[in-house]
Amino acid sequence: MTNSWVDIKNADVILVMGGNPAEAHPCGFKWAIEAKVKNKAKLIVVDPRFTRTAAVADFYAPIRPGTDIAFLGGVIKYLLENDKIQHDYVRNYTSASLLVREDTGFDDGLFTGYDGEKRKYDKSTWTYQLDKDGFAKVDPTLQDPNCVFQRLKKHFSRYTPEMVERTTGTPRDKFLKVCEAIASTSSPDRTMTSLYALGWTQHSVGSQNIRCIAIIQLLLGNMGMAGGGVNALRGHSNIQGLTDLGLLSHLLPGYLTLPTDADPDLQTYLDKRTPKALRPGQFNYLSNYPKFFVSLMKAWYGAAATKENDFGYDLLPKIDGGYDVLRVMELLAQGKVNGYVCQGFNPLSSFPDKAKVTAGLRKLKFLVTIDPLATETAEFWQNHGEFNDVDPSQIQTEVFRLPSSCFAEEDGSLVSSARWLQWHWKGAEPPAEAKGDLEIVGELFLALKKLYAKDGGVFPDPILKLTWPYRIAKSPAADEVAREFNGQALADVPDPKNQGAFLVRQGEQVPGFAVLQADGSTACGCWIFSGSWTQAGNQMARRDAADPSGLGVTPGWAWSWPANRRILYNRASCNADGVPYIPTRKLVWWNGTKWVGNDVPDFKADSPPADGMNPFIMTNEGVARLWAPAMTDGPFPEHYEPFDTPLAKNPFGKVLNSPGARVFPDDWKAFGKPEEFPFVATTYRLTEHFHFWTKNARIPAILQPEAFVELPEGLAKKRGIRNNDWVVVKSKRGQVRLKALVTKRMPTLAVDGKEIEVVGLPIHWGFVGQTRKGYITNTLTPPVGDADIQTPEYKAFLVNVEKA
Amino acid sequence: MALETQDIRARSATTVESAPNARSFRPEVAKLIDLSRCIGCKACQAACMEWNDLREEVGTFQGTYTNPLNLSDQSWTVMKFNETEVDGSLAWFIFKDGCLHCADPGCLKACPAPGAVVRYANGIVDFQQDNCIGCGYCITGCPFDIPRIRKEDGRVYKCTLCSDRVSVGLEPACIKSCPTQALTFGSQDEMKELAAHRLVDLRERGLSKAAIYDPPGVGGTHVFFVLPHGDRSETYGLPRDPSVGPVVTFWRSGVARALGVAAMFGVLVAGVLHYMRYGPLEVPDEADGKSGKEAQP
Repeated sequence: MTNSWVDIKNADVILVMGGNPAEAHPCGFKWAIEAKVKNKAKLIVVDPRFTRTAAVADFYAPIRPGTDIAFLGGVIKYLLENDKIQHDYVRNYTSASLLVREDTGFDDGLFTGYDGEKRKYDKSTWTYQLDKDGFAKVDPTLQDPNCVFQRLKKHFSRYTPEMVERTTGTPRDKFLKVCEAIASTSSPDRTMTSLYALGWTQHSVGSQNIRCIAIIQLLLGNMGMAGGGVNALRGHSNIQGLTDLGLLSHLLPGYLTLPTDADPDLQTYLDKRTPKALRPGQFNYLSNYPKFFVSLMKAWYGAAATKENDFGYDLLPKIDGGYDVLRVMELLAQGKVNGYVCQGFNPLSSFPDKAKVTAGLRKLKFLVTIDPLATETAEFWQNHGEFNDVDPSQIQTEVFRLPSSCFAEEDGSLVSSARWLQWHWKGAEPPAEAKGDLEIVGELFLALKKLYAKDGGVFPDPILKLTWPYRIAKSPAADEVAREFNGQALADVPDPKNQGAFLVRQGEQVPGFAVLQADGSTACGCWIFSGSWTQAGNQMARRDAADPSGLGVTPGWAWSWPANRRILYNRASCNADGVPYIPTRKLVWWNGTKWVGNDVPDFKADSPPADGMNPFIMTNEGVARLWAPAMTDGPFPEHYEPFDTPLAKNPFGKVLNSPGARVFPDDWKAFGKPEEFPFVATTYRLTEHFHFWTKNARIPAILQPEAFVELPEGLAKKRGIRNNDWVVVKSKRGQVRLKALVTKRMPTLAVDGKEIEVVGLPIHWGFVGQTRKGYITNTLTPPVGDADIQTPEYKAFLVNVEKA
Repeated sequence: MALETQDIRARSATTVESAPNARSFRPEVAKLIDLSRCIGCKACQAACMEWNDLREEVGTFQGTYTNPLNLSDQSWTVMKFNETEVDGSLAWFIFKDGCLHCADPGCLKACPAPGAVVRYANGIVDFQQDNCIGCGYCITGCPFDIPRIRKEDGRVYKCTLCSDRVSVGLEPACIKSCPTQALTFGSQDEMKELAAHRLVDLRERGLSKAAIYDPPGVGGTHVFFVLPHGDRSETYGLPRDPSVGPVVTFWRSGVARALGVAAMFGVLVAGVLHYMRYGPLEVPDEADGKSGKEAQP
């Protein structure tokens, strides 16, 4: 989230699209209700299903799964055409005025530079026109046909209400009503918050869905504002912490990136990742990248990381491509993986195309599951009748189950969607042989280290040289690891502005990432967490609920990265002169000598407004990007159909699916055609359960005991299905048998001259636990992911439904 | 009398006299269920099971989000889901079913077992199972179809409004678990004020029929509702104008008592006459039963 859960209460309009917080985030959703009750906010829901969120909404509009870009592109066009933008903001704080290269363009579904053979873009033309100093050229009048603003207008000119209706199935009057509500927040004194979750991300165009809302919020001037923002509601407890700490194959902690083979030495690596300012006078905060990276290497390798050996740069693996879950399953299926360790993960239930996952797991020599509960993955080799029809005698994979503790059985911090690190204390001892994850990993590491020390190996150094300074080596404590993330001074760090003084003394916890150094004098395990455990102690354990501003900032409650800042880009809540746009919702302001406020200013504290430094200090433009050349499928979002699409042709152009999404050669045949699978399906969670976890507990099992599929009345009629009948749902990947819930809440939509029935599949059941046994829903989902980050396309695919 | 010191203001099949007591200030409590804020998450249902140590068997899918389908001795509150249309638009009515803790409770009136149903000074209507004879009259007497008999012990159970928690200054378990403050708990006056305040907001949003459900037919309730569509109380699952039925009212009235006494006296006289006429023959069992039944409505 750019803002926080509590901040939702400040919104005037709440757009829930790509999520269903009343259902999946009921505790956080209290703030949406609070906004309605205390702030007279309007709650708008756009969703394929009439959800629990829709049940308390002021307005609901249906949409075909996988067509959010068509809808949001229509909103962008509506805002531009009806002049419903925050002009001051767009001109000053976005890249609207920057000029892009004349030779870059867009033609019939493709941007410039596409190579159809490789399914890849050459992005070299997607750049700005630069002047002699290397700065991007601008046209402050926004009239130049190559300025981002004019390009944006042109690109989205095709997203007319007619095209939106034809593609999304949303009735035009409903679409326009949503547009009106959104547009009402273009006035500087009104804000809209966007609440989304996996309904936007789990698509082959997921990242571009998010780009759409970013563009909308920038046009409306809603970023950095109280009650505004683009707010990703994370799907698991601490999944925010997982990404923050770099538990993705291509990331290091704090969103630093892993080197590749193209980065042979530290200097090359840093040069590529340390951006140069694209406009004069901008902060360009990521110019500090070397400080964060070197401090990370010092935290990991300590004395073994020296200036002479590039701070241990060669100890890091050089990644040869992403190892996202889809690729790992592909490698398993190809028999290229010997062992697989699942820690707090249930791939058989969670990954798409269960048959492919099962085939992969069978080819492993060993599988380790570290989990507090029995999981389907750990029992993939067991026959559970029709629900898991395998022959154990034909499976040789050796399975090790290491029972771990639950969150309530250990100390530690959890990072919420709002970026708050909240410390929690152990409430009970783990049962029987269960151990904390830190202890399990600690013991594994020591055993491996012993083996490497004894037997050597091709490259033992990354293991042997790793710093392991914990009180009990086999069981690092949460507080020790937390202090390491915060960082420590390894030598006195002198204050450059004040001779003889020091920013931090040797051995002290650093006060924040501002004092980190690139010379090896500081160590920091995760730069964005720096400030969470300072000399003053554990900031995450703070529990002061005082809220002096009344805006829900609560600076003394836990700790929020970065720098205890609650709302990102909050400098943008003020006009160019440093005066807040909304006097009653003041986050920060310029007091004549420095930036101060109710929140920690997201800005260079002493940079006066007259200097013209812009609020988006994490970009090298200094302004927010309407044009985003880093994206795989183009600098602007474009509507592409899901890989399982009910349409033969993309209404917007000649390219049917995402041109950059990765599809493994064997998987092209895994996609369904509408002739065989005529209905559009989507998967989701229900309030009563948390993924595949709570089916192990009695009460949630009572509240939602058995698998079902939600069917629109039209479909049920066509297939002669009555409520509560047994039905079979088939996709190109497999089939499941379950009960039918025939409901008005699932729509029949008119799309491109066809009648499209939308089928809803909750995900929670399996063959382990206290609920009735059921099929794993992901038997049906397709093995393709988002073009940028490979999040599987769970939210839009084709099925057929028949009475069982 | 002792009942007064236990804060009991009404007791089934018992005449409770007001005892001298200067310490009489007891604000009545109330739970407000604001259905405009309710998201049907069932946290209240889970919390009720947790606090009261209730566990249904794990059921099967029944063609609805409502699980289990109805109240039972193991489910004292159940979230009920109803799809409907309002002014041509789809609406999903989500309703929290459970005891309303009437000021004039039909269950208490109907109950023939002394002390099986009590009403406390704070307004909570509670069942005391050790006094319950399992006759089920309370079920007939309740206009909301709340009490449920438990097969295993033949006693009747329902929501206690967590009288155990409330007596030590805690809110009921369902209130504590509600994430959206659709459930709030406090003094009856505070809750009424809050409900009235909510109506202003809902009407401003165009819900012109929004209403408070606090039916006078049962003397008002200690659990009352803000209904976004007040004209559709039956679609939520609430009777339009509930009242304690005439049969129960009659059963508890002086006339019924007089009739009962007369009937008993009649039986006695008949018995004596029978004896005088026929001598000490065995009285058939069914005669007793019959006259007993006659006295019952």
